[in-house]
Amino acid sequence: MTSPLERHPYGEHAIVLPPKSQTTHDAADIDREIRLLMYRRLHEIRQFEKRAYDMFMQNLVKGTTHLSLGMEAVAAGFGATMREDDYTFATYRGHAHTLARGVPMEGILAELLGRSNGLLGGKGGSMHLTSVEHGMMGSYAIIGAHLTIANGAAWSAQYRGSGQVAVCFFGDGTTNIGAFHEALNYAAVFSLPVVFVCENNLYMEYTAISDITAVPRPAADRAGAYGLQPVVVDGNDADACYLAARDALEHARSGRGPVLIEALTYRHGGHSRADPGKYKPPGELEAWLAHDPLKIYRGRLERIGVPSSALDEIESQVGQAVDAATEAAKNGPLPEQALAYTDVWADGGHSWRN
Amino acid sequence: MAQLTYREAVARGIAQEMNRDERVVLIGEDIAGAGGVFKTTVGLLEQFGPRRVLDTPISEQAILGAAMGAAMTGLRPIAEIMFSDFFAVCWDIVVNQMAKTRYMTNGQVSIPLVVKSGNGGGLRFGAQHSQSIENWAMAVPGLKVVTPSCPEDVVGLMAAAVRSDDPVLFFEHKGLYASRGEVPDGPIEDVLGKAKIRRSGEHATIAALGMMVPRAVEAAERLAAQGISCEVIDVRSLIPLDAQTILDSVGRTGRLFTVEENPRALGWGAEIASIVGDEGFWDLDGPIVRITTPHVPLPSADSLEDLVIPSVDRIVAEVEKAMQA
Ligand SMILES: Cc1ncc(C[n+]2csc(CCOP(=O)(O)OP(=O)(O)O)c2C)c(N)n1
Ligand SMILES: [Mg+2]
Repeated sequence: MTSPLERHPYGEHAIVLPPKSQTTHDAADIDREIRLLMYRRLHEIRQFEKRAYDMFMQNLVKGTTHLSLGMEAVAAGFGATMREDDYTFATYRGHAHTLARGVPMEGILAELLGRSNGLLGGKGGSMHLTSVEHGMMGSYAIIGAHLTIANGAAWSAQYRGSGQVAVCFFGDGTTNIGAFHEALNYAAVFSLPVVFVCENNLYMEYTAISDITAVPRPAADRAGAYGLQPVVVDGNDADACYLAARDALEHARSGRGPVLIEALTYRHGGHSRADPGKYKPPGELEAWLAHDPLKIYRGRLERIGVPSSALDEIESQVGQAVDAATEAAKNGPLPEQALAYTDVWADGGHSWRN
Repeated sequence: MAQLTYREAVARGIAQEMNRDERVVLIGEDIAGAGGVFKTTVGLLEQFGPRRVLDTPISEQAILGAAMGAAMTGLRPIAEIMFSDFFAVCWDIVVNQMAKTRYMTNGQVSIPLVVKSGNGGGLRFGAQHSQSIENWAMAVPGLKVVTPSCPEDVVGLMAAAVRSDDPVLFFEHKGLYASRGEVPDGPIEDVLGKAKIRRSGEHATIAALGMMVPRAVEAAERLAAQGISCEVIDVRSLIPLDAQTILDSVGRTGRLFTVEENPRALGWGAEIASIVGDEGFWDLDGPIVRITTPHVPLPSADSLEDLVIPSVDRIVAEVEKAMQA
């Protein structure tokens, strides 16, 4: 018995349940202002991703999209802790991390639509969102590469003595590619100020991570091999993510080297586009919907005394912002044809011969 | 003027740039303490210290990723890939990341870095340590590709590569490391995208790269004795390509030969032949002839390796044959 599908039929692997408690961090030492910001971020990401999905289904979003529905807390928690000049490196599933650095919605949505008011002028698309002025150093679509690139940004920060930290987000599936292991060893050897965050959503594309990984915790169980501590957090609890991020950033910024965090989470939808997620065993999605990042956080804020009207107000403000961004994105003109030929080289052009 | 070996010129070029610019740093396997497996980085650790000259693990992706991330955020790294064959294990970083990120981000990101690498055959290292891979790199929009053929060019093109705001693959020919040449004193800066005429001639143009340049020059000397006067062009830079120097030369000579160490299919010489076919057709007095390594992996036995890589004898014979036809 070697192949996972000899052990069980496709989609009938063991369910992984979310953590039981939603109140663990109620009394955490986090400013109310920051918590309200995180609440706003959670909603921005949720409502943005829903809109992106709807627009994809209407054939307005071109190509593909990888949404973070259900995974909002990781981005919200980290985004709220990072210093303004810290670096974010994300994957093709990067809308959330882009929003979490404060990049306006319009440019992101317009980029998905291939419009000239897109963040990248329509030249990168959903999988490559980047906004250097916000510290969003890119979204990378080849598994593993950006862990090594994040090391480089961390090295540069270390060399310049700037105190910046690079934070690199990636999936569970990414822990099985060579670049992950190269990057962790490299970061550890040179004590780089980098925080690696594995968003373990239990699946690669259409295969359960548990079926094809030698250890149960894809990131945490590898930490020891690089002299790092195994850290697992509830990736659906924004406060848990915030606290883990705060510690990790402190650690990295103070010169004590890299940190590897495994944030346990779940994507409510499919891997990309219109994937129906048939590989998910019955009951799993329901269990995770009950541990939804937005529900958890709203419950917490109400328990600590934030009036629900204030929370409703945030939600409706976000809704208006998404609507406005949608209109602006849709109204954006198509990119000028000349844009296809710009910025191959530093001189702005594409000429390769005389 | 000093007589330097090609390998000493590599260290001289890097040192020149590191002296000039604090942001230039150097990483690679065995390059610091040991001075490099080909001894191209000897003395740099001593001169610039362990903060700027770093020995890395055998992690080609991590090395190039680190170089790229650092380049994106203010440094100007030089990374070494020991043998160019090893680009195959980190090609993603080169092709998908370094080459495309400026374009994909609509110009937000700049990637000023150099990847230097020992390239080429003739050392009996066999098929996995002898390849000339310029053609792989040339096929990817967004990469600059240079191969110097003499010590002076090593220094000048290294300087140009380090100062370029684009990623440059800098191919050092392993077969030339021990060769010597005059290098002027003082700082040298050359330009990318400029070919050099190594020898003037009237009857035929021979375009060559890397170790094929000295062979083409020697072949031209022998052909001259037989009354065939060849102009030898050292292409030096494939991207950007100085097509004009080649077209002008063909305009004078009417014939074009390329001498390519790379395997034949889709070689850089094919691109040049295509350009000359398009834009220099009416100047041509006969077919363009490509003298290349055949489309085979490189064998290790000296007799076989010498058979497949273009030799002076073969260049002479092919030019003679074509010119007499
Ligand atoms: C090197 C490479 N192999 C395969 C793919 C195709 N691919 C895209 S996303 C993906 C799954 C990645 O899973 P994970 O790391 O868990 O991230 P998630 O999508 O779950 O966020 C795969 C296999 C790729 N982009 N790059
Ligand atoms: Mg996953």
